[in-house]
Amino acid sequence: MTPQSVELRGIGKSFGTENVLKGIDLSVRPGEFLSLVGMSGCGKSTLLRMIAGLEAPDRGTVSIGGSDVTDMDPSERNLAMVFQSYALYPHMNVRQNIATPLRMRRLPLSARLPLIGGLFAPSQTLREIDAAVEQAAETLHIPHLLDRKPAQLSGGQRQRVALARALVRSPAAFLMDEPLSNLDAKLRAHMREELASLHRRLGATFIYVTHDQIEAMTMSDRIALMSEGRIEQLGTPDELYRSPATLTVARFIGTPSINLLPVEIDAQGKVAAFGQDLGLQAAAAHAGPATLGIRSEDLRPAAEGLAVRVLRAETHGADRFVSCQLLADETVRITLRQAAGETLETGADGLTHLAFAPERAHLFGADGARRELSVRERVAA
Amino acid sequence: MTATDFPAETTMATASSRSRTDRRMALRGLAFVAPAALLLIAIYILPMIVLAAFSVTDYQLGALSIRFVGLQNFTAAMDDDVFMRAFANTVLYAVIVIPFGVFLALGVALLVYNRKRSRAFWEVAYFLPVTATLVAMATVWQFLLHPSIGPVNAAIKWFGFEPVAFLSNPVLLIPTMAMIGIWQVLGFNMVLFLAGLTAIPKDLYEAARLDGARNPIDRFFTVTWPILGPTTMFVVVTTSISAFKVFETVAVLTKGRFGSETLLFNLYLEGFEYSNTGYAAALTLIFLAIVLILSIWQTVHMDRKVHY
Ligand SMILES: Nc1ncnc2c1ncn2[C@@H]1O[C@H](COP(=O)(O)OP(=O)(O)OP(=O)(O)O)[C@@H](O)[C@H]1O
Ligand SMILES: [Mg+2]
Repeated sequence: MTPQSVELRGIGKSFGTENVLKGIDLSVRPGEFLSLVGMSGCGKSTLLRMIAGLEAPDRGTVSIGGSDVTDMDPSERNLAMVFQSYALYPHMNVRQNIATPLRMRRLPLSARLPLIGGLFAPSQTLREIDAAVEQAAETLHIPHLLDRKPAQLSGGQRQRVALARALVRSPAAFLMDEPLSNLDAKLRAHMREELASLHRRLGATFIYVTHDQIEAMTMSDRIALMSEGRIEQLGTPDELYRSPATLTVARFIGTPSINLLPVEIDAQGKVAAFGQDLGLQAAAAHAGPATLGIRSEDLRPAAEGLAVRVLRAETHGADRFVSCQLLADETVRITLRQAAGETLETGADGLTHLAFAPERAHLFGADGARRELSVRERVAA
Repeated sequence: MTATDFPAETTMATASSRSRTDRRMALRGLAFVAPAALLLIAIYILPMIVLAAFSVTDYQLGALSIRFVGLQNFTAAMDDDVFMRAFANTVLYAVIVIPFGVFLALGVALLVYNRKRSRAFWEVAYFLPVTATLVAMATVWQFLLHPSIGPVNAAIKWFGFEPVAFLSNPVLLIPTMAMIGIWQVLGFNMVLFLAGLTAIPKDLYEAARLDGARNPIDRFFTVTWPILGPTTMFVVVTTSISAFKVFETVAVLTKGRFGSETLLFNLYLEGFEYSNTGYAAALTLIFLAIVLILSIWQTVHMDRKVHY
């Protein structure tokens, strides 16, 4: 089956009085790897379950491959889903687990009944199913596990079985709800790579839910960042990183998280932090308090600029992260990223100054929306 | 470990002192085990031995003489028409009660499980017979099934059929009591199944739906039935045991008239009414053997299939 598009139009959902999804529009292109990311409780799983048909939207429509499936049963949507818990059938061995989607679709009900079912199953179909199971197991490197029960598998192996069960047939799209969250860090990194290469090989549509922005950044073609039941921004990982549309996006994307500086925009649109002019120009109409976001790699030590006290430095392989405290407001923490070999000269009291690349700073209004920003002159910072 | 470093006598001294500590530890261990072990012996093992001892004598309760008769009690049981009839009755009773008591309960549990608000009501309603003992409810049953004044027969007559003597027609006696037996165990088994159903992860049903399980039958056979396996096994075993133990239905409703004795009722007659203690002991052993063999067979046979 060729990969299909998935379209969401005006999806709304409430649980009781809680408005969980507030009008979601989203088009997933055929063959795309799209991640849904966001804080816990923002409605990612609910949205994914709606695409799967496990939850009915109060408003809006779901279409797959151009046809409206809003009222269609999950069994008829031809989607494969990998659950966070893997949801393997505990009484079946791996072979039977992987075969289940095929048996359900290709065998008549009479052939699926326990005990007597074998009498009605066409042997040709059974052989095809067996072959497909073997192949799926091959793809995920688990042929040696086929005769084990899920209880006899490690978390990573179960994960592979769940994936094999999903790809044994060719679904219109793969839905995954935090499939890697139960794995240890190393295995997770490995599975990330493997999932990405699986996606390239199958060319299938993947919709991937995660709260881990690194997963989303490394695997996705596009990311939909959700917050409180809305999509804050939809774009490539690069777009989200380089021009976050809202403060929420800026906060969520990137490790270490973006440095946020409380600033004031005056009536002429000049941006100042704690009374210090930063040489940045915003629209005069936006006068008032605002937030300036600066990525840790856009900061550098300088003779003058933001006065900070160095708290500590951590070296992570090739990078060195220096945590500082703003002198003007000690509650503001600033993280500076350097190459591992670099050092930071400080005075005896641990004080130094940091400058930033003004053209790469992000300005957000009090409402969290991105504001235009231009470099007026290279003063102070 | 380091014993080789010491001169020989020290080694020996250590060894003997260790064996002394060992012995003290063993004694202490025994002291801890003793209360439980003694209780076990006093409460379970000794009565069984006494029972086995009685079963090879002709002892009658209160009698002054006692004589060893070997296996005569057991051979007598094989020739005892009443005992053989009681055995056949009990088997028939169990054959009706076990499948209906288990599968009806499963059906009811499935229906009740999906009720949201009324679930508590149904649970209580079905569980009532378990709490209201049969002895208390017997009058109601007697009234319900009465040939001339009972509503059941009134309904039968209304449909234009002859009234049925449920509690005196020898052919209908055991099936009628089996119906009451099912009524008795249904609620209990339902609660067990409900507990089993509650423990099934919802994910599995959702996975099954995405895997293409269109209808409830598919979902039942893919998820519910296999995962309820251990519960079902437990329910079957306990229902079997309680079916073989049927007593109060007979004692209250028919008192064994019209050939409606069951194993336990027969045993009660021999032991308490006729005071044939030796013979009753032999019957008890036979009864225990039947229940034990049945339970072990069921467990071993099903255990292989239901565990995952
Ligand atoms: N069946 C339900 N009944 C009531 N509220 C629900 C239900 N399912 C989800 N919610 C609520 O909807 C909101 C969104 O839940 P959802 O599971 O989609 O979050 P999520 O983004 O997947 O979070 P996480 O990252 O923690 O998995 C939560 O506030 C949750 O409490
Ligand atoms: Mg979730």
